Amino acid sequence: MSPKAKALAPREVPGLARPRKPRLPTVAERVLPNGLRVVAVRRPSVPVVHVRLRVPTAVRRDEDLARSAMLERGMLLGTAERSQGELAEALQRIGGSLRVSGDADRLLLAGESLRAGLPELLRLLTEVLVGASYPRRQVEGEAARLADQLRRAWSQPGVVADESWLRRMYGGHPYGREHPDADEVLAVPPASLRAAQRRRVVPDGSLLVLVGDLTPARALDQVAAAMSGWNSTGGPSRVPAVRPAQQGPLLLVDRPGAVQSNLRVGGPAPARTDPSYPAAEVTNALYGGYFSSRLVMNIREDKGYTYSPRSALRHGAAASCLVTSADVATEVTAPALVEVGYELGRLVSLPPTADEVAATAQYLVGILALSTATQAGLAGTLTALLADGLDVTWLREHPAALLAVTPEDVHEAAQTLLAPATRITTVVGDAARIETPLSALTEVVRA
Amino acid sequence: MVLTAPVTSYAVERATLRNGLRVVVAPDRSAPVVAVAVYYDVGIRSEPEGRTGFAHLFEHLMFQGSASLQKMDHVKYVQSSGGTLNGSTRLDYTNYYEALPSNALERALFLEADRMRAPAVTEENLANQIAVVKEEIRVNVLNQPYGGFPWLTLPPVLFESFPNAHNGYGGFEDLESATVEDARDFFDRYYAPGNAVLAVGGDLDPDAAMELIRTHFGDVPRRTVPDRPDFDEPAPTSERRAEHVDPLAPAPAVALGWRVPDPHDLDAYLPYVVLTSVLATGDASRLRRRLVQEDRIASDVGAHIAFMEDAFDVRNPTALLVEAHHTAEVPSDRVVAAVDEELDRVATGGVPDDELERVRARLTSALLQGQDHVLSRTLAMASFEQQRGRAELVGELPALLGAVTGEQVAAAAAELLPDTRARLDIVAGGAR
Repeated sequence: MSPKAKALAPREVPGLARPRKPRLPTVAERVLPNGLRVVAVRRPSVPVVHVRLRVPTAVRRDEDLARSAMLERGMLLGTAERSQGELAEALQRIGGSLRVSGDADRLLLAGESLRAGLPELLRLLTEVLVGASYPRRQVEGEAARLADQLRRAWSQPGVVADESWLRRMYGGHPYGREHPDADEVLAVPPASLRAAQRRRVVPDGSLLVLVGDLTPARALDQVAAAMSGWNSTGGPSRVPAVRPAQQGPLLLVDRPGAVQSNLRVGGPAPARTDPSYPAAEVTNALYGGYFSSRLVMNIREDKGYTYSPRSALRHGAAASCLVTSADVATEVTAPALVEVGYELGRLVSLPPTADEVAATAQYLVGILALSTATQAGLAGTLTALLADGLDVTWLREHPAALLAVTPEDVHEAAQTLLAPATRITTVVGDAARIETPLSALTEVVRA
Repeated sequence: MVLTAPVTSYAVERATLRNGLRVVVAPDRSAPVVAVAVYYDVGIRSEPEGRTGFAHLFEHLMFQGSASLQKMDHVKYVQSSGGTLNGSTRLDYTNYYEALPSNALERALFLEADRMRAPAVTEENLANQIAVVKEEIRVNVLNQPYGGFPWLTLPPVLFESFPNAHNGYGGFEDLESATVEDARDFFDRYYAPGNAVLAVGGDLDPDAAMELIRTHFGDVPRRTVPDRPDFDEPAPTSERRAEHVDPLAPAPAVALGWRVPDPHDLDAYLPYVVLTSVLATGDASRLRRRLVQEDRIASDVGAHIAFMEDAFDVRNPTALLVEAHHTAEVPSDRVVAAVDEELDRVATGGVPDDELERVRARLTSALLQGQDHVLSRTLAMASFEQQRGRAELVGELPALLGAVTGEQVAAAAAELLPDTRARLDIVAGGAR
């Protein structure tokens, strides 16, 4: 063999070395007299600290969505002590930032600072929690700005597709909407926000997670010192119970002239605390949850219908779901939907191979390790776990549970997770070109 | 309060293999994960006319099989080891990378070496990936309001030469006419080991890792390394303007771009990096305060360097960009005038020490957060090593940015005059 031919001859792929077990983070915890649960974890990989404050306050009625959005956007517009600019400067000075986001179940205040800035970060966080002042002029400006941003969001086909599917899945339940309309946020009275914060942003039932270059016991003391003045009373609120979705005809949202169609297909899924969750997680991934999945192999790598097809599990406090997303060329809308149905049905009808299941479980174990290997990733994962009533031992136990999932477990999970009987489908696209081909497959209604 | 800037440093071991491959290895045992990155010194600017989008299409083809692997094997071996992977095509390089549990290090090295040795491009895979790339362009540009704004739409206004001005995603007719022969030529010309940098970081023993690297990459045949052209061109001497009608956009937007000094000259370049932060990072920044909070003439404003927002990954020529979203009721001239006034205020009034301290603290914190991520740290090391021969810059950058003075930032702002810039207005065609 010539040297060149030898260099290019096929070789054996190396096996894996012995895995190094991730060390479970050491967690220090305290519940403050005001009811706030505080959890601190030392991870000194870089001289930064992260904080995540999760406030379980729910969107309970339709009109709450816009109000919640304005609460999120208004909280950093000034306090009793500082203007918006002064607050932003104080955060910037410690290499910090603070962001407020939310969904139907909760508000989340997330921030970070350089190591030495932690006491100041906690002071500023408390100042916002106790004394956000929602100055009228600033709130009106922010509402106009949010309205502009929402108009831009609603012009994106992906947003329209996601919202259409959620609406179809959850109906009038708060989970049925993520983005309010521009007009709704403009109608929120600025003067109502202070009271709304006092009522809804309360320490009892809230969770504060700190991760980074800190000493846990000392950090807990610093939190206790900084945050004891946060005393608004009240408790957590929850969304109403979710009624099982009614399967119905494919919902078609017309987008004249669109060069792609946005498919969304899905149904209910088990919660993270459900005993069947490890099997559901493997099932989702194997079907469409990662690049090696059947769905990607089929409609991207074999047929070239789409760039990034995927399925994902989404969790709310009252319900979880699995959604398949694929943005496909207009001319292959119907064939792409056929293939999605084929891949769903295939797993419902036949168990996968043991190799497929093992590869998928190993992937999920690996990405859990990767996602908890940074301060920010660990903070986010811990916050989600603790909010679900789980604890840090889940980080050790869940990988073992994933690796124990069998092909039969996946087959069983698929019966409910992927079953045609519970499937809800929406399509955003050029109805003039896709309605007839879709109607040949299934009943179609227009939005 | 004033914080002393914390300092991190990463030990770097480097080697050049006999085939010319440059290697950096940087251990960090804080978590049981590793990252592997290969940077080829070819990007969008090197595409020939008539082959727009080819560098990116070729990146896709590098996942389609290689000397020892069938289509999709590469992806499946990485993911079934618990890893993630991707690649990206930039103006000046194309990279391929994995992050994995540390027990998969050797496997990842093998996989990268195998495709450096010989990707396996077939007619069928090429046709398939042309279709996939067209859907990528549809989802990100053609079916998306503000698609390609401003990274695809501003370069043809600011630049005149084909390498700098053309659309790096590519025209459909160019993509459709690509051949297997083109792919073979592109690989032979640009993907020589001597035209690449391999960076490996994370939970590893540097000597053992270097040994594995020699085992798997050592016999990749040496090939001629192409000379990298100088893509420089004259800067504008009068304002260059264009309008782009976006049929999907519900509201207008405007982008401004100014040439900046060669990024290779850090002393001249870094003041512009600090300036972008003074202008538009956070609610305390100049443009956010003026345009969004006070005048309320924009709902969003951003400032950054380089068209792909990769200030430390780009070579000359590049630009400082300011972009703003505004409503149809606000003329874009008013938005641009406010930007000009704020630039003039920095140029003539300077940046007070207190403000500069704050900006430095925030820049440092953002860089440290990037360093915490084994993959982003390893990617940065590969890029720094390739373009500057100094992977260690990943830890050194905060101090270098911290040394930039208020006078330097003011002098940078003074260069950003109306008559040397490019301006692109998005005309909203999709108002509803």
